[in-house]
Amino acid sequence: MSGFRVNAGGLIDRNKPLNFTFDGRKYSGFQGDTLASALLANRVRVMGRSFKYHRPRGVWGAWFDDPNAIFDVTLGDVTLPNCSATTTPLVDGMHARAVNAFPSARFDIKGVLDRFSRFMPAGFYYKTFMWPNWHLFEPMIRKLAGLGHLDPAVINDYQSGQHHIRCDLLVVGGGATGLAAARVAAEAGQSVILVDDHPEFGGGLYRQGCDVEGQKPASWVKEHCQAITAAGGKLMTATTAFGVYDHNMVALAQDKGFGKAPDLWRVRAKRILMATGAMDRPITFINNDRPGVMSVDGAMEFLGRYDVLAGRNIALLSNNSFAQSAATVLQEAGAEVRLLDATQGQARALGGKVLRGVELNGKRISCDTLLASGGLTPVVHLWRHAGGKLDWNAEIAAFVPGKALQGMVAAGAANGTFDLGHALAEARAVATGKTTAKQPRTYQITPLWPEIGSKGRQWIDFQHDVTLKDVELAARENYVSVEHLKRYTTLGMASDQGKTSNMAGLAAMAALQGRAIPEVGTTTFRPPFVPVALELYHGARRGQVFNPLKRLVLENQHRAAGAALGEYGGWLRPGWYGMQDITREVLKARGAAGIFDASPLGKIEVMGPDAAKFVNFIYYNTISTLKVGAIRYGFMLTEGGIVYDDGVIARLAENRFVISCSSSHVDGVSAALESWRQDGNDPDRIFIHNTTQNWPTVTVAGPKARAIVEQLKLGIDLADFPPMTWRDGVFQEAGVRVSRVSFTGDVSYEISIPVALAPALWDGALAVGEPLGAGPIGLEALSVLRAEKGYIIIGKDTDGEVMPHDLGFGIPRTRKKAAFVGDRGLHTDKANSKDRRQLVGLRVPDSADAIATGAHLVETSGAGFRSIGIVTSSYDSPTLGHPIALALVERGATRLGEELTVWHMDQQSRATVVAPVFLDPKGERLDAG
Amino acid sequence: MQQFPCPFCGLRNEREFHFAGEAGKTRPDTTGKVSNADWASYLYTLKNRKGEVREVWMHRSCSELFILRRNSVTMAVLGHEQLRKDVP
Repeated sequence: MSGFRVNAGGLIDRNKPLNFTFDGRKYSGFQGDTLASALLANRVRVMGRSFKYHRPRGVWGAWFDDPNAIFDVTLGDVTLPNCSATTTPLVDGMHARAVNAFPSARFDIKGVLDRFSRFMPAGFYYKTFMWPNWHLFEPMIRKLAGLGHLDPAVINDYQSGQHHIRCDLLVVGGGATGLAAARVAAEAGQSVILVDDHPEFGGGLYRQGCDVEGQKPASWVKEHCQAITAAGGKLMTATTAFGVYDHNMVALAQDKGFGKAPDLWRVRAKRILMATGAMDRPITFINNDRPGVMSVDGAMEFLGRYDVLAGRNIALLSNNSFAQSAATVLQEAGAEVRLLDATQGQARALGGKVLRGVELNGKRISCDTLLASGGLTPVVHLWRHAGGKLDWNAEIAAFVPGKALQGMVAAGAANGTFDLGHALAEARAVATGKTTAKQPRTYQITPLWPEIGSKGRQWIDFQHDVTLKDVELAARENYVSVEHLKRYTTLGMASDQGKTSNMAGLAAMAALQGRAIPEVGTTTFRPPFVPVALELYHGARRGQVFNPLKRLVLENQHRAAGAALGEYGGWLRPGWYGMQDITREVLKARGAAGIFDASPLGKIEVMGPDAAKFVNFIYYNTISTLKVGAIRYGFMLTEGGIVYDDGVIARLAENRFVISCSSSHVDGVSAALESWRQDGNDPDRIFIHNTTQNWPTVTVAGPKARAIVEQLKLGIDLADFPPMTWRDGVFQEAGVRVSRVSFTGDVSYEISIPVALAPALWDGALAVGEPLGAGPIGLEALSVLRAEKGYIIIGKDTDGEVMPHDLGFGIPRTRKKAAFVGDRGLHTDKANSKDRRQLVGLRVPDSADAIATGAHLVETSGAGFRSIGIVTSSYDSPTLGHPIALALVERGATRLGEELTVWHMDQQSRATVVAPVFLDPKGERLDAG
Repeated sequence: MQQFPCPFCGLRNEREFHFAGEAGKTRPDTTGKVSNADWASYLYTLKNRKGEVREVWMHRSCSELFILRRNSVTMAVLGHEQLRKDVP
């Protein structure tokens, strides 16, 4: 005989029958059922198999405390793995399958593993598969491990909504305590949120089977909900408070129905009231994991909420005073109940998949269901998340919340106040910041903990198959700290995270060491309280929205010109135009001119009376001598002397500069400038303004650049416009700034223009450029052009060790008198070393392939090789007709003409060290304009 | 998630802030002689105190740099000050 409907009450809707299958068989339940309650009503006892030994298991608890019944559930085209049967509401058409069992939970072929259990104690896998190599066995063992099966299909619209909300008081737990507290607080004018993880409020009221304050539970709950709403409170059901984080932020997961992603609510509560109740703990006896052994609370819950009586012939094994009232309720529902005192001796469950009875002190009692209660454990997880301490209360043999926390209180069963009347009084007091006098409790318990050295297999962690013997073994092998015990035996590491097993585990360890339970302590409680979907944490922040690309003002123009757009340093920029033919674009730029979008280049203005002194401090190079109208190339260093950024700085006026840092460093440089401005300088005499996004830049570079810019009629005398200067110009009545700065080695004009006129300038440049053979070029061609000239890209041709003197810029290091960022870092022993890696060029024969970027330059050292440097940039140069490469090589500057060995993927070749400038070393092309 | 007080914007979530360093560190005068030990200490030595700490943080949204006093164990925010000296 097994469970059945009593037709007495509960919260199910008998007018709405629901059909579902479990392990291929058809069943039906009602609206309001969970998968577990519906199966129990259909007399299904075996709902799962344990993780290690594949022992048959039934449900232990009726809610989040059940470790046994875990299903893969399919509804329509959605399959979700590892759903807890006791917390998954039943939906018509569900197909459920027990995990870790084949073909079914009832007949699992791996059930034979249990026969070998004596050879598989804790640490079995660690010890057995050490030799010769764990990795030989790992794939096979991994196949044995794991629970449900993940459906690789993507669930459409599976996206968590993200909500942020504040309140005066967040009440977690909508039982009698939570409802009473929320009502009082709301009526006192506080903004209140009350959350409960069940679909209905009421918590433990339904299972207790008694009236509350003279009313039936349902009507008392309804009245309180109405009062809370009327007073402006917010009620949230099917919502789990799964973690408390810093500064009173509580995370809530709100169920949106099966197959839909839950919503995440981040609640910032001035005060949190923990009214999370208590749960039953198992008794450690022989075969206490058999199907048909259930918690008293679980059986009461199945009856009160779902109208399912766990069995007809019940033995109730308990060590506490709640057993009597439970027995009365079960009897009234139609069961025969034998009350047994668990403290009288060792118990043993009889039977296999079907429970036959229980043996206590050698005396056999037949029963179809064995309910066990080892006492109530307050649910204190959130208290520990918040950093609260626990006190051991010997009177109730449980850990309870200790010293009050700032911003958090506990009340009711969660606080160890198990009597309903006392809990209500406590709730109403703490809701408004008051305290209550301690009242005599009616709850009586005789502590009952695992008996060390006792015979038989006694389960401590049901899901992970940890027995008392495993805990004893761990202690013998000196894993005595509860944290070590947990990791060695995996006790408490199953998907229920030790909700049912931790107390028994640490009590056993305490007994083994002859210490008191509070001395041994608990393992750390960490969020989430129950498993939550990873989806919850990111919501819409995925794909493109995870890290949005910066978009160019000229994106439409690039698309129209056939650009292949890609991500470069956080920006969506043209890689090339039309067919991928970088050579053609390079030759066009060298033969006529390349026109490219340089808008992401930094344009950070530094202004104010102390601006000149400030930029002189920020830059490695001397900037104070820069004339108005001129531009200088320079480096910014870290305080360690490492090159952080390179770029140019223009002096617009005596007290006004524009820093043009590299595109991907704009945010970093801005933040660094702000830091130095406010920390160590007078912030009223320096102002920093990042105008990068205000000024799109169109660059024209090449031998025909001057002819093109001439036709754009910018009102600038190009004959009197030398390199490294800037001019104000006008384009269609808008002011433009033109800089003669080159990143290709050819004559180059960077034209920065207000956003509105950028498309007209781009179109204009192309219109006059194309008849001359010029055209748009992308970032890939630009990358080749700059390498031909030996211009570096920071972060590509440099790494976290490169200093300016490694790149041939040694003068400020020895000559600059004023202090600057990184100055002292340039004179450490390491910085002064003769063996530093320095930037060089590499040449291979004209007919050879380009060297792989990232290849090492090696020298023979004993039997092996030693790397003396790396290739940082390497291309087939279209302009020169042979491969070129840049590299960082130890003492590179002294090796000109030397032949080195290149090592790449076990292949060796030879390359000759040359100066890192391949094109126009004298700069004649640059000055041609 | 913690909440920090920006002197400019008020209480904001910690993800808007950037740790800039422990307060009270002065850059050595590098125009004079600075020993290796002093420079290394300036760059790398952190007190990393357990308990009450004074730190410089930047609120990235408005770029304001300020001093935050907090408890590194309890995460309690104890107060904040302007970094600039000339503000009364």
